[in-house]
Amino acid sequence: MNKSILNKKLLGSLLLAMALSACKSTPMVDKPASVEDKSPKTEATAPAASTTDTGADTAGVKDASLSGNPLTDPNNILSKRSIYFDFDKDTVREEFRPLVEAHAKYLAEHSNAKVNLQGNADERGTREYNLSLGQRRSVAVKKSLNLLSVQDKQIEAVSYGEEKATPNCKDEACHQLNRRVDIVYEGE
Amino acid sequence: MKKLFKIFQSGLFFVAAFIPAMASTSAYAALEIEISGGSAQQIPIAIVPFGQAAGSSQEKIGDIIAADLRRSGLFRVLETGGVASRPTEVSQVKYAEWAVLQAQALTVGNVTVLPGNRLKVTFGLADVLKQNQLVSMEYNIAPSQLRLTAHKIADVIYQKLTGEGPIFASRIAYINKSKNRFALQVADADGMNAQTVVSSSEPIISPAWSPDGSRIAYVSFEKKKPIIFVQSLTTGQRLTLANFKGNNSAPAWSPDGTKLAIVLSHSANSQLYTINADGTGLKQVTKSNAIDTEPTWSPDAKWIYFTSDRGGNPQIYKVSAFGGEAQRVTFQGDHNLSPHFSPDGKSLAMVRKDGAKYSIALQDMANGQVRLLSEGGQDESPSFAPNGRVILYATRVGGRGALAAVSSDGRVKQRLSESGGDIREPSWGPLLN
Repeated sequence: MNKSILNKKLLGSLLLAMALSACKSTPMVDKPASVEDKSPKTEATAPAASTTDTGADTAGVKDASLSGNPLTDPNNILSKRSIYFDFDKDTVREEFRPLVEAHAKYLAEHSNAKVNLQGNADERGTREYNLSLGQRRSVAVKKSLNLLSVQDKQIEAVSYGEEKATPNCKDEACHQLNRRVDIVYEGE
Repeated sequence: MKKLFKIFQSGLFFVAAFIPAMASTSAYAALEIEISGGSAQQIPIAIVPFGQAAGSSQEKIGDIIAADLRRSGLFRVLETGGVASRPTEVSQVKYAEWAVLQAQALTVGNVTVLPGNRLKVTFGLADVLKQNQLVSMEYNIAPSQLRLTAHKIADVIYQKLTGEGPIFASRIAYINKSKNRFALQVADADGMNAQTVVSSSEPIISPAWSPDGSRIAYVSFEKKKPIIFVQSLTTGQRLTLANFKGNNSAPAWSPDGTKLAIVLSHSANSQLYTINADGTGLKQVTKSNAIDTEPTWSPDAKWIYFTSDRGGNPQIYKVSAFGGEAQRVTFQGDHNLSPHFSPDGKSLAMVRKDGAKYSIALQDMANGQVRLLSEGGQDESPSFAPNGRVILYATRVGGRGALAAVSSDGRVKQRLSESGGDIREPSWGPLLN
């Protein structure tokens, strides 16, 4: 088990290095740093945390070596990761259907890919209740993916509650941005 | 009219009490405490500076006691500078000198150095009017226990003169967020000796003390999802209590400390479970299509009270700790959330929403009457002091998190803050041995 994870990691970083050097040599407008964007965040987690499974996502890297990672390509709908909700609602609005469908298709085509659906709530109310409210939204997105034939084993619906909310919102427009589900792929 | 008067009164006391409280704590404190309000009849007490042998301690034990008593709002600590004598035993007290100050009570004490790096602390409390000793105590301690001993002495005085249970020799836990780092900290109830128990770049919420104060359960997002940990405060070792698919949150210890009520979502909505403190024996308690969260045990361990939106809006319900039908408990206000019992089980503190305001409310369990204890805004996370006299909660000041405390009769208010800090999720722990 350990060996295969190690190999995966090695392979992953090798491919990543190749992908990056490829980017360097071709002066494209494509942002080469986008793959790295989230890594400092991962490294900065609690010192007490044991090894989290942050092994490279081989499926994603493979794509990157061909035509840029579709998950992070700003021209690809898969790079859009946030679904917004109305106040006190957990229904996925019609305008987000193409986004949900695109991720469902990607997950169907990449059976090893896994997503974390991170629900969020605005800061009004208690932290634990908001955690549950955010969960309701991530479950709504999960059900939408399930209806599009994505398997349960590829999805984990969780919630950050109000923990990632913009603090001290003065108006509804600000609160609105906090009522959302973020789609995060494993390894990101 | 009544309400207006109360606010006005607390404003007056605020000005009077603010400066001495700051001065006495700022030298060491991570947390600064502001006091406002006070009991209508404060007990005037003279705390004669303790005799402290050279090398016994840098800290003045009498100042720690005075700050505790003052913070309770039930005492008026008198200025003793005008009296020349400095008795260290009750037998040395010339009562006439202290009667001039209109002191009702007087404390004296002494700290001496014992062989083997130990300290002997003696203390006596006298009734100035009756001219007799009410109580005397002697402690043989390590020098590191001096502050704790001062809090214990303050508790003896407080118990003897007010009839209330002890409160000062206890600790509080809270989350301190600074520079995008979250730290679970434990401090003495006076805000001193703040120590970090765990820190992370991801959020930490919902700290909960085990009934014996040896462990803290909390929810950490360090693995990008809420997971419940139980950490020993003595060894620092921690156990992953619940890491199931979905969310793991809202830990609440059973009164005997053998179990916790927790909230799991698996792949759906939040539901209540119980689990043994070692992570075994998971049992589902509620089965609903609604949000069921924020569990807390009744002191007799028969019931779990919790927040649920099964009726449309979040309200408080109760269910047998073994499961079954839930019954609604709260009926006033738009929303009621986060129930927490007083130690005697006679009242339930909660967060109540009226309009856009969240405030702390107290419901009498016998007659169902509800009283608002805070003016409201974004107040949340109420927890009782060990004697049930004070409720600690989270509030916001200038967009930042701060802690506040209010006496259960609503008269005395305190605010604890750290300059530049963002403090939230307080929980008052049990008494220290």
